[in-house]
Amino acid sequence: MQVQLSHPARTVEVKGPKKVKDLLRELNLVVEAHLVIKGDDLVTEDEMLYDGDQIEIRPVISGG
Amino acid sequence: MNCTKCKTKAVIDLPRHNAAFCKGCFNGFVHDQVARAIKSEWMFGKDERILVAVSGGKDSLALWNILLTLGYRADGLYVDLGIGAYSEQSHTKVTKFAEAVAASHGATLHLHTVEQEAGAGIKELAQLIHRPTCSTCGTIKRYQFNRVAIEQQYDVMATGHNLDDEAARLLGNVLHWQEEYLDKQGPSLPASVAGFAKKVKPLYRLSERELAAYAVLNRIDYIVEECPMAKGSKMLQYKEVLNRLETESPGTKQTFYWGFLEKQKKKQPTATTMTEKDRAVLHPCASCSQPTTAEVCSYCKMMARAKTVIPR
Repeated sequence: MQVQLSHPARTVEVKGPKKVKDLLRELNLVVEAHLVIKGDDLVTEDEMLYDGDQIEIRPVISGG
Repeated sequence: MNCTKCKTKAVIDLPRHNAAFCKGCFNGFVHDQVARAIKSEWMFGKDERILVAVSGGKDSLALWNILLTLGYRADGLYVDLGIGAYSEQSHTKVTKFAEAVAASHGATLHLHTVEQEAGAGIKELAQLIHRPTCSTCGTIKRYQFNRVAIEQQYDVMATGHNLDDEAARLLGNVLHWQEEYLDKQGPSLPASVAGFAKKVKPLYRLSERELAAYAVLNRIDYIVEECPMAKGSKMLQYKEVLNRLETESPGTKQTFYWGFLEKQKKKQPTATTMTEKDRAVLHPCASCSQPTTAEVCSYCKMMARAKTVIPR
């Protein structure tokens, strides 16, 4: 699956199937600081992601 | 994972509430949290005029959207800081929201451009007057939000500070034992002296992740990029630490910040004490009349310095 990341903007290829929480763990990203969007939809931690899915992992933290 | 309330497919899980929600129930949860914040902290009523400080980010646009949805009279104020493409993009996001959403509720958008008044954008201005960019930015935004609120006779000024912002700020203040700042860490600050607008933070019960989810689910087009000036800031470091703790132990941030608020409430009648303290030390600036502890306020000093170093 194609995974779009930010800060800096880049795309990485990750092998599926894989649960959202495992994808975040593999990329060493903290759950509380990110949203995972599949296509146009938000997905929960237990959602299974497959090869061919378009995934965006969006950071939610701002300077404040 | 299914929605805790209606049992349909959930779109977000909230470990700190041991819950998961579908879009409809999550919107209900968010609106309820803001309504509780407004009521419990006596922030404002339906007849009062609110000025929302909007930056183009998720929190402030979500706040404006929530207040309008709940039926409040809320206008926006955007301060264009002149940070190149970042400011251009954030300005576009705010304008689009104002036209597509706020206008249909009868709300308007005010605009202040730093470069028009100071002669330079925030980054250049900070360099020329030898001050840190974030501190220059904070001084300008606080001043302009208060000025517009007072001049346009708004009853209250609302900012999009969320649970993460407040917990990180509290952590910073405690780590450095800046006890003098703790009194002003509440979500509702009174208009303690003439010339100061009342300031409130209706999002203090919601986390950054929850607000980003609200923006995504409700198709609020916000600027995802981080402010280029904030890179490496202490606030971001505190937030990172708190989020690692939160992931391991859900509820850490709310226990920390809400627990602090409870202790403050038990300690003293904060509003009265803060008003008394402010009245004892603040007086009108000799140049602009906004309240200050010095003869001339820090904003006017900054603008005077800018005039001497920036060619017009």
